[in-house]
Amino acid sequence: MADLGTATRALPLAGFHGGSSTVRLEAAPPAERISLRVRAEDVAALSGALGVDLPVKPKTSASANRRTALWLGPDEWLVIDESGTGVGNGLMQAAQNSGALHSAADVSHRNTAILVSGTGAAKAINAGCPQDLSLKEFPVGACSRTIFGKVEIVLLRTAEDAFRVEVWRSFSDYAFGLLSEGARDAAVKV
Amino acid sequence: MLLIHCPYCEEDRSELEFRWAGEAHIARPENIAAITDEEFAEYFFLRNNEKGLTYERWRHIHGCGRFFNAARDTVSDRFLMTYKAGLPKQPIPTAEETAAIAEEKTVETWEATEGDAR
Repeated sequence: MADLGTATRALPLAGFHGGSSTVRLEAAPPAERISLRVRAEDVAALSGALGVDLPVKPKTSASANRRTALWLGPDEWLVIDESGTGVGNGLMQAAQNSGALHSAADVSHRNTAILVSGTGAAKAINAGCPQDLSLKEFPVGACSRTIFGKVEIVLLRTAEDAFRVEVWRSFSDYAFGLLSEGARDAAVKV
Repeated sequence: MLLIHCPYCEEDRSELEFRWAGEAHIARPENIAAITDEEFAEYFFLRNNEKGLTYERWRHIHGCGRFFNAARDTVSDRFLMTYKAGLPKQPIPTAEETAAIAEEKTVETWEATEGDAR
């Protein structure tokens, strides 16, 4: 009798690795994500329910309990949960439990993430991103939705020389390719 | 690279993150069912397409996603100021400020350097 196949979920970038002597590129482990829209008066209620304070200052993020809330717009956040609880989306449930008016969309599988680290990380990203990634203008914890080559990304600085690049899954191949080129250029000594 | 000040992100960002969104401060008629076809065409289709100072809507589409208004010089492509959507038409910067901006001379247009359009 034939074995019945078991469906396993593969990340769009599963198995990818790359980089250069100064930059390391790797696919981030799976995470839960929601795209969250909340009015100013309900921000406190959602912050309490999610266990992480939604930042209200532009270009900032906040982290707690392996959850990260990224400011995308005046009433818009991307919330990422890296605790990997398995089935379902704990963030959706938590947002619903807040009882406050909000809009949350589960985008866990729409996005995938690339972790860029190393001394040349900022240079590699600047290969396709017009933002100033100096530590003064883009400190640790800073985040922004921006453009990378011809795709839109959400960029988060997780350490002085480490970034998380959130990208739509169908664009991830392109983003990884361009990052690889950027990584190679970042390693060139001038 | 042209930098545009986003009033919501409160900083200058590259033009690559923005999209133009047409003329600003166009009020929708209150009694849209009652107006004539000519009045509707005036409201819906006809735009001023001004040369020089113009008020436009822009959208920070690859950033915060918000629409905002901008006063821009269509000859030099220079942004004179930007302000949040919903605010009334803002007074343009004073003559001294405009002159100071103009003296930067970072954008060279054909009109400014060779043409006789100015």
